[in-house]
This record gives sequence, C-alpha cells and structure tokens, in this order.
Amino acid sequence: MSTSETTPEQTAGDRTRPVEKLDRVVIRFAGDSGDGMQLTGDRFTSETAAFGNDLATLPNFPAEIRAPQGTIPGVSSFQVHFADYDILTPGDRPDVLVVMNPAALKANIGDLPHGGTIIANTDEFTKRNLAKVGYETNPLDDGSLEPYQVHKVAMSTLTRGAVEQVGLGKKDAERAKNMFALGLLSWMYHRPTEGTEKFLRTKFARKPDIAEANILAFRAGWNYGETTEAFSVTYDVAPAKLPPGQYRQITGNTALAYGIVAAGQRSGLPVVLGSYPITPASDILHELSKHKAFDVTTIQAEDEIAGIGAALGASYGGALGVTSTSGPGVALKSETIGLAVMTELPLIVIDVQRGGPSTGLPTKTEQADLLQALYGRNGESPVPVVAPRSPGDCFDMALEAARIALTYRTPVILLSDGAIANGSEPWLIPDADKLPDLRVQFASEPNAMDGSNEFWPYVRDTETLAREWAVPGTAGLEHRIGGLEKADNRGNISYDPDNHDRMVRLRQAKIDGIKVPDVEVDDPTGDARVLALGWGSSFGPIGAACRRVRSSGMKIAQAHLQYLNPLPANLGTVLESYDVVIVPEMNLGQLATVLRARYLVDIRSYTKVAGLPFKAAELAEVFTDVINDSEPSADGSDAHVLTEAVE
Amino acid sequence: MTAIDLGLPKIGGLDGVPTTDETYKAKDFKSDQEVRWCPGCGDYIVLNTMQAFLPSLGVKRENIVFVSGIGCSSRFPYYMNTYGFHSIHGRAPAIATGLAVARPDLSVFVITGDGDALSIGGNHLIHALRRNVNVKILLFNNRIYGLTKGQYSPTSEEGKITKSTPMGSLDHPFNPISLALGAEATFVARALDSDKKGLSEVLTAATQHRGSAFVEIYQNCPIFNDGAFDVLKDKDESARRIVPLRPGEPITFGSENEYAVVRGEFGFDIAKVADIDASSIVTHDPTIQDPSYAFALSRIGGQDLSHTPVGIFRQVSRTTYDDAARAQIESARKTQEPDLQALLTGNDTWTVA
Repeated sequence: MSTSETTPEQTAGDRTRPVEKLDRVVIRFAGDSGDGMQLTGDRFTSETAAFGNDLATLPNFPAEIRAPQGTIPGVSSFQVHFADYDILTPGDRPDVLVVMNPAALKANIGDLPHGGTIIANTDEFTKRNLAKVGYETNPLDDGSLEPYQVHKVAMSTLTRGAVEQVGLGKKDAERAKNMFALGLLSWMYHRPTEGTEKFLRTKFARKPDIAEANILAFRAGWNYGETTEAFSVTYDVAPAKLPPGQYRQITGNTALAYGIVAAGQRSGLPVVLGSYPITPASDILHELSKHKAFDVTTIQAEDEIAGIGAALGASYGGALGVTSTSGPGVALKSETIGLAVMTELPLIVIDVQRGGPSTGLPTKTEQADLLQALYGRNGESPVPVVAPRSPGDCFDMALEAARIALTYRTPVILLSDGAIANGSEPWLIPDADKLPDLRVQFASEPNAMDGSNEFWPYVRDTETLAREWAVPGTAGLEHRIGGLEKADNRGNISYDPDNHDRMVRLRQAKIDGIKVPDVEVDDPTGDARVLALGWGSSFGPIGAACRRVRSSGMKIAQAHLQYLNPLPANLGTVLESYDVVIVPEMNLGQLATVLRARYLVDIRSYTKVAGLPFKAAELAEVFTDVINDSEPSADGSDAHVLTEAVE
Repeated sequence: MTAIDLGLPKIGGLDGVPTTDETYKAKDFKSDQEVRWCPGCGDYIVLNTMQAFLPSLGVKRENIVFVSGIGCSSRFPYYMNTYGFHSIHGRAPAIATGLAVARPDLSVFVITGDGDALSIGGNHLIHALRRNVNVKILLFNNRIYGLTKGQYSPTSEEGKITKSTPMGSLDHPFNPISLALGAEATFVARALDSDKKGLSEVLTAATQHRGSAFVEIYQNCPIFNDGAFDVLKDKDESARRIVPLRPGEPITFGSENEYAVVRGEFGFDIAKVADIDASSIVTHDPTIQDPSYAFALSRIGGQDLSHTPVGIFRQVSRTTYDDAARAQIESARKTQEPDLQALLTGNDTWTVA
C-alpha cells in the first residue's frame, strides 16, 4: 500500500475523517468456506469496478464444498487488487487482511507484510475455534500480532443486533456477517454501495427477509466504520486512467463463453457445446447454457469422451462444435481429438488447466498441460494451440480458436487456467459489429481433380491446405470419412506407404502454415539484453515484475506468447536478439523444452508449481539476478530491485 | 425443479427429413468401395438388406448418415453411398447424438457391434437410449471379437474358449435386449441376419420410430465364432426356439404353435398350449409403457438360445432429446432477441472518458 498524501477532508455525508490517498491497495477477504468470502470479494470487486479503478482478482478456495468448519483446509479467500493506474496482477501480498475466524488468520498471516492491517471477527476467536487450528492463546490478545495494525470487531454480534428486527434465528442472522465485513470495507475505501444493495435484493428476491437481513448487515458495517472511533482514517484510491470506452468486469470463464457465443454469431453457425462438469471449467458450460437464443445448444454429456464426441458429431453436421474441460478431461478426449485431426473437421477444445497430474489440485492453477496439448496423442497428430493471457483476453482467443478451426478445418486447443478462469478484470467492451468475420463456405459442388462428377473429400485448398467442409444433406457430395488413413485427395481408405507418409506431412504442413500474428516485444529502451518470455496467465506477474525491474533502473524486454502452435513466425529472430531469454512457467519448463528443441537457443527456465500464480516480487528478483549475471556493473556490485515499487 | 411440458407433437422418425420423388434402387446405395468382410460373413446379408430396404423410405439419399465405431461391422458406412462417419471405438452413439441434435433433417443410423456397443462404448449406448436421441442403433451381435481375431466379447457365453481365455471365459454375458430395456429404450427389437424379411420389417419400424431405436441383429462370424446361431437357423430346431413377437397376437411358437408364453411367478414362463387355458397366453403389446413387460419377454430365453424372442419388444413414445433441445432453443428465441452487443455489455458498466 503506497501512500501519496494524507489530508483531512470532508467526504460523503457529514463524515469528517482524515482521508489518505493511495495509488493502490490489495485486500484479502478470508474465512470459512461457508462464510461467503467469494461472494463478499465479488461484491467488493463490482463496487470497485463501478468506481472506476483498475483491478485484478484472485479467488482461492478449497476443492471440498464444505471442509470441516473452522479448519485450515476449509479456508476460502478472495484477493482483490485495485489502483488508480493500470495494474497487471491480483497483487503479491495483501495490505489488508479480513479474517472471519482463527483458521483464516492462521492460513493467511504469513502473506501479510509487517505493518499490514488485520480486521478480525472476534466472535469467532473462541477457545474451541482457536484450539481447532492449534492456537494455544488468542493471537488477537497475546501480542503476537504486534507487527500489524489489528482491528478487532465483533462482527457476528453486531450483525445479529443489526438484523434483529427481521426476526431470523441466530444462525441465519449471523450468516449475514460477511455483508457486515463488506459494508465496513466499503466505508473504509469509499466504495459505492447502490450496486450491492440492488444485487442483494435481486439475489434474494424470493426470500425478502434474507435480502433485508443482508442489506441491514451491510449498512451496519458501513455505519460501524462511520460512527465508531475504531478507524481513524479512510482511504481514497482515485479512478484509473484506462483507455477511454465502456467497461465491465469480466472473469476468464465468462469471457471465454462470450467468445464462443460471438464466434457462433460471427460465423453464422449454430454452436453445440458437449461438456462434462469439471472444475475449474464448469462455469463455461453454465454460462453457455444460458444463451440458447443465440442458437447455442449445450449437451451435458455422460462423460468427457461423449462431450467431445457430440461436439465433433455436430461439427460434422456443420455446426461449430466446442468442448470444455480441464486437464484430466483432455486426457480422456485425446482419442477423439485425434479423430478430428484425421477427419479434418473444425472443433474447439477448451482446457482450463488446473494442478496435476491425475486429479491433482482441482481448484488451483497450473500451466502444465502444454505438452499434453501439443503432443498428447497417438501418431503424428498436430493440433493448433492458443492461450489467453488474461481474463479479458479469453474472449479474443476464443474467437481466434474459432477462426483457426473454421479456416483450417482442424481441432484447436485453447489453454486457459484456473487463475484467469476465476480471476476478473475490467474489460473494454468490444464493438460486436467490428469482431472478425468468421463466415464459412460449405462445399456445394463436386470437386474431383480428374474432372469426373465426384466429390473427393480430401482435396485441399492450395493456400490453407484445408479440405472442404461437405455437410450431410448436400446432394451429390455423399462421401465417407473416418479415423483410418485416407488417400490423398480422393479420401478413400488407403494403406499405401507413400500415401501415409504424404498425408502425415500434409497434415503437419497445414498446421505449420496457419497464419498467426507476430509476437510483440515490449522493450521501452530498445536495448535490453534480457528477454522475459511467458505464455498464458503469467502475463500479469511477468509484466509487473518487468515494471519493477525497470523502475530500479535496469533494462528488460518482455514478450508473451498467445500462440503456442504454430509459434509466431518472428519468434526465432526475437529469441536470437537477446543475450538471455528467461522463461517463467508454472510447470517444470515445458515451453522452454519446446523452444530449445525448435530454435536451438539456450533458454533460462524459471519454474514454480505451487498451485498459485507467480508473485511479481519473486519474478522481479529472478529477473534482476539474470540481468546481474549477464552484465555485471562497472563497479562490480549488483543492482537491486526495489521492493516497494510500481507494479 | 418443475418439469416443463414441451408440447411436442407426436411425430415419426423421419419427419423433418426431406423426401424425394426419385425412385432409388438398392444399387443407388452401394458405394464404389470393395466390400472387404470375410467370405460368408453375416454382415453381407445385413448390408444387402439395408441397401434393398432404404429406397422404401422415400427420403433423400444425401440426408441419410451412417455413423459407426470400430470393429468388423463398423466398416459398414464405407459400403453405403450415403454420408458416413467411421469413428472410434465405442463412441458412435456420442457422435451421432451431436449430429442428431445439430441436424433435424437427417436420418441417422449407428452401426455397432457387441464389443463396440457393449464393452468399450457401453456408457454411450445406455445414455443415448435413456435420452431417447432420434438415432437408429443397429448392434451386430456375433458374440466374438472379430477384427482383433477372436477374443471373447461381452455377449460370449460363460466358459467360452478363445485366444484370450484358453481355460474358458469367466465373464457373465450381457443380454443386450435386457440392457437396452434397463436403460428404458423406447424402441427395442431383435432380428436375425438370415431373416431378410424379418430384418426389413424391424428396420422399417425402427426408422419410423421417433427416438432411439435399438435393434440387435444376430450375425454369424464364419471365422472366429462360426455357427453361433445355427440352432436358430436349423429347420428342425428353429421353430421351437424362435419366439416370434407379433403385436396384438398371443405369443405362441413351435412348428404347430404348440408352445406359448404365459405369466409366471415374477416374469413369463413357457408352457405347452395343450396344458393351459388359452386365456393365460400373453398377448404381445409392445406399446406397454412399463418396460418391465418387455424386460420379462427378454428374459424367457437364455444365452443357450433355448428360446429366442424375435421382433419388436418395445415401441413407446417419449419426447426425444434432440427435439427437446431444439424446442428449448426455439422457446428462448421467442422471448429473447439474440443481441450480441447487449450480451457483451451486460448490466453493470462504467465509462472511462
């Protein structure tokens, strides 16, 4: 939390309280998984978006729906970072930690820097709850939290009092305590409140007394800040100067779903999603199932294989077939992806990556499915792979996946991950009419190269090498396709050795020839010797780390890959232009392996597979070390990265 | 959760598929590909029957699609001059589901075998049947794995000696008809490859049925399981083993119709007509909604083919998955304009100047 100035100032209402101006703040709400922390964080984010700050969020929750109450495994948290400038990450460490119980404190205190603020619900710090997580004495009273600013608030009691008039039972009344916390934080940071009250009335429209209780608790939290002397200052984070336009808040999964709807609209094709529920991809199925009016059909299949099977069957029939899953699901779908490679039909496979292998860490993030996406099939089975770099970018990359699938008649794998799937950011709302034109031409005429009146399903477009898309129902083009090797052009079954060699190479050449944009390099001074190269959701932390490094006077270039197969045509030249290329990945160096093999360049790989996004500070240190290693300063001393810097 | 009556009209299996005045002949449905099944394979008879039967449908050839999995029978689509998709092992019902949902104007057949449908693809089969997707699933049951050269299949009899079971198979087999009825399939029938007339009748009814139609076809594999169904083809044996199911008629069989199906303690029993009162003979009614009736019929014979009902076990009407999915799309479109800009914008925006 960096401070720019403090002035006593008259603000909303008759409140006179010093207002401290901040450029950015990171708040983490933490509680039991039944405490509604995700909702609380979501609402604070919406208020913050409405206020006009730039923001990024990081939800973090257990895989268990309700882990034992009050235990460390049951802790759920939501971190939101907001600022008066464009930010790139949800923040490394919180400035303010809201803890609803001792487990939340214990699980999160390690991330709070000294001097940080703790707001604790004292009612839950009972002997029993303390014992559950191994506190022998109450940390709120025993002096162990001395390095922090601690605000002790009896949130449950105060909430109960506030909602008394509604006449709920004790348990139901106390459930609104998350709204009390939200109200208090909303007051501290001058967040607008109308949106939350409106939201609560809509959400609980069928249970008016629950709506009323939540609103009363929310207001009570606000009033508690305003009327008690416990909080001596409030904070002001001015709206950010983002590119002009109309904005909304969006998560990666929602953006992906919208991208698929848009792809259907822009191609003029019906969309058929075949999917099986799996964390963290299920929200894509949920979202798309709401948009039937856009000719989007969703099939909740009996398993992952049936999901992609239905999608491929729909593509064969001339629809845009889509399947959404996570890593374990991709493993099951592999054979069908191979069938789509062989039959050269358009198909979009969305993999929202999570911790692996096997069931792994269902609710945590990782980017370790890259090699699975590139190579995880039998035979020579090339598949284009794209990866969005932020929640909003999921929209654009979904459209790109559709463009590639439809133009080149191929399955395309889109690699999102848990961090951007559930994370959110402000999104400059695109103009629907200016989205790419994805219209396709189905085959309508015989195309035999010998001039006969036949249709040969494997005749290729000379430029894209795509075969024609001849959908059932087209007279005169009756033909058979399948997983067996096909004769070049004619498409009949062929076991001919030369033909197989030719077809393997043709399929590869088609994917290699897909047009993708060049990778852009961000190198403000133009003479950096070190390039930080990443892919997928680590764009934010890598970018933030580069800013830190640069603000301490060092030079570093940044590039980020959204296209993993084929790689951008200029990538080889870019890699050769730098003395050192450092590639941070949330895996054991999968992109690094690909780049070394492909370009014969030395790649410095930095890896961490902790189920959480990189921290900007951590990467800044890594980058600084790399820079120091590559160009020792004249006096022999190493430069050091600023720890409190822009991000 | 309340059930929504979609108010769908009761329609036939081919409604929505474009018809033609052109008179097709069997040869119009033969592709230019050489048929490569083993000499004497039962698949030839089924293929010929299919090619001879399709012209009677009166629908456009280009609107017929055969989807198959893997196995000898799954080569079927290559030999049909229609659209065809030879997919991967066990997955044809899933692919056909997507196709049927996307395209109401197609007549979709799934060609599968006992290994393809009941082993690797068992899950897709039962789910397609319970959903009642408007596809016709023809299961060629030869009780053996042919393409992989002779291992036992999920319909092979217990104790069967095969390449993979030199001391005899340990598996208890599926009764495919019982399985389909357990999944509450709305149309379930059995036919013999050698009975061209019976097979054609069953195929006609299956095609006219709106919803999933499951047809088990006993098919001889002359190489790895030759003669598996010979007792049903033998003149002397077949009459007392085959139990013809004729809607509206008492179920009797035997060369002199001397046997009958009667109600037993839990299901049905076989009795000699001479020993019983005629009123106790079961009159066949495939339209009985409760699948227990057809299930009981499917249990009267064992794996030894001692009694084998042939014909249509069940034929009931239930909303199909694909019609219902399309109805939801239509209903959504009636109440909501597909406005992409409005969707992208949402309800909660702010403007940066």
